[in-house]
Amino acid sequence: MSKLIRVLVAKPGLDGHDRGAKMIARALRDAGMEVIYTGLRQTPEQIVAAAIQEDVDVIGMSILSGAHNHLFPKVINLLKEQNAEDIMVIAGGVIPEDDVSFLKEMGVAAIFTPGSTTTEIVQFIKEHVEQ
Amino acid sequence: MFDQEKLSEFKTARKEWESKELQKSLSRSAERKETFKTGSGDVVGRLYTPEELEALDYMSEIGLPGQYPYTRGYQPTMYRGRLWTMRMYAGFSTAEESNKRYKYLVDQGSTGLSVAFDLPTQIGYDSDHSLAEGEVGKVGVAIDSLEDMETLFDGIQLDKVSTSMTINAPASVLLAMYIAVAEKQGVAPDKLRGTIQNDILKEYIARGTYIFPTEESMRLITNIFEYCSENVPQWNTISISGYHIREAGSTAAQEIGFTLADGIAYVDAAIKAGLDVDSFAPRLSFFFNAHNDLLEEVAKYRAARRLWAKIMKERFGAKKPQSMMLKFHTQTGGSTLTAQQPDNNIVRVAIQTLAAVLGGTQSLHTNSKDEAMALPTEDSVRIALRTQQIVAHESGVTNTVDPLAGSYYIEAKTKELEDKAMEYIKKIDEIGGAPKAIDAGYIQQEITDAAYKYQMDIEKEEVIVVGMNRYRIEEKAPQGLLKVDPAVGEMQKKKLVTLKEKRQNRIVEERLNALKKACEGTENVMPYILEAVKAYATLGEICGVMREVFGEYEQSVML
Repeated sequence: MSKLIRVLVAKPGLDGHDRGAKMIARALRDAGMEVIYTGLRQTPEQIVAAAIQEDVDVIGMSILSGAHNHLFPKVINLLKEQNAEDIMVIAGGVIPEDDVSFLKEMGVAAIFTPGSTTTEIVQFIKEHVEQ
Repeated sequence: MFDQEKLSEFKTARKEWESKELQKSLSRSAERKETFKTGSGDVVGRLYTPEELEALDYMSEIGLPGQYPYTRGYQPTMYRGRLWTMRMYAGFSTAEESNKRYKYLVDQGSTGLSVAFDLPTQIGYDSDHSLAEGEVGKVGVAIDSLEDMETLFDGIQLDKVSTSMTINAPASVLLAMYIAVAEKQGVAPDKLRGTIQNDILKEYIARGTYIFPTEESMRLITNIFEYCSENVPQWNTISISGYHIREAGSTAAQEIGFTLADGIAYVDAAIKAGLDVDSFAPRLSFFFNAHNDLLEEVAKYRAARRLWAKIMKERFGAKKPQSMMLKFHTQTGGSTLTAQQPDNNIVRVAIQTLAAVLGGTQSLHTNSKDEAMALPTEDSVRIALRTQQIVAHESGVTNTVDPLAGSYYIEAKTKELEDKAMEYIKKIDEIGGAPKAIDAGYIQQEITDAAYKYQMDIEKEEVIVVGMNRYRIEEKAPQGLLKVDPAVGEMQKKKLVTLKEKRQNRIVEERLNALKKACEGTENVMPYILEAVKAYATLGEICGVMREVFGEYEQSVML
């Protein structure tokens, strides 16, 4: 039997919009993954520490406040510093097309913008996490 | 509501119709779906008739506009007398930039201001705080001190406009800044008109910009009620908000049930603090969402008005009619907008505008078509404002009061939503009131369940969202979205350095100490906050003192 995929769903920054994060967390859980949800107002340091401690395969972050260009790269850099870049980072929220390519260059594996389905996200994770 | 004899004639006629015409039609071709549902997932009947309203008493349940229970509106003439306030929520970047946007909106016919603050301001951090990094000026304007507030309202006479401020945990501080700016303009506090959101319970439930624990937050709120009833009597001291509860995924019934339950908690807290219900209740206001199911939404506003009137009269024994009148602001539903084919959002907003107006709103913000992607540009805000103006001046719906009243469906739906909301209120009462129900996670869980069901319905295409899960096209990335200058954070930091050099730091310190003592005791803290603000203590310093004394709220995390 293959190991269950473990995902940390996190809300970085001060943004309080957690509907998306909660929907994703539930959908991933319903798809058979192990999900840890952080709740609001997590610093990049807290997110990376939780990801390492919980030994997750994936970090999924959601931001709707416009602080994505600042906070997502910080998480990626911290993962590198801690030799944990094998943890895949995916993200979602209100993220303009212009910023998507920048964030992908920085190392975000995929960005799911409004209108994405939970099915696509589940599929993406299953395809990209080595089990 | 109807003559018994006529009603029984009707019932016979209906049975006959069902067995003949209806049967024939259904046998020729079935209906499109087995069940038809509202936007909130409630089953809708095929036909509504006098039979569905048999038990409804017109005078006690519907009545006349301006009369208890205010189902038809709280004023006798409604929009024949005065249109709703067209109040566009705006604010981004610095106070200078936002001030320009306000002047533009007023030029374009906006009749009230509505200030959006950035997240650090809403959570009581100055722009130079480490947690503010990347967030300064993003979702609203950055306000660090009275100086920023003076810039924000530069050239706007505060006795001429009404201003709504979406501020909750630090509402007392921003209100104090507003009063101080007015004073500098020579405008007395009793001339000020506007609203602070000041609704902490829905921050715990759905919006997330809380600072202090529940009890201390409720104290700040009742301090504001008391201070304003004496000094700023025309100010709406709270805007009890269902908007964010709905955006988080609730149904229409939950939106009003949970919001009125929050309302009950505020009234309870103020009465417990020794205030007379009729001294503060007339200044309570509400804030609801407008989603796409036009008729369900209209019924929702009417149900909320009737239910609140009954609660104030029967539960709290209010005597003044003004204490029983539910007055509300509406914003169209942000979560209904699609990033796909964004022009379609103009149509959605138009339907939602009609819902709010047919439901008797006192003020309205219409969202812009690009808001699923970014803050709106000036052009898209103008279309959103024009949508209101078209409904106001061209649609004809403003010519008569509560025009959908008496529709069998609307009246039946109003009753159904009132009953469902009351069920939620009863459940919350059983748990021990809204604050306890929030601590227990009951309200959040109900909302998340509803949101998840809706998401799954979209993915199964049981709910159709045009352009998103049906009628899709290939699209290019949208052009010309508004971008906030990333240098805003640095600009605000520099302003803070200069401010701290030129103000009298000894006085700041004294006033912050006095505030701290007041927080530790039982006095009303408002006068102390006002004094600190006037000495140019920053928002972060003032909230810092309160954080020290009150501690911070800890969210109960649940899925």
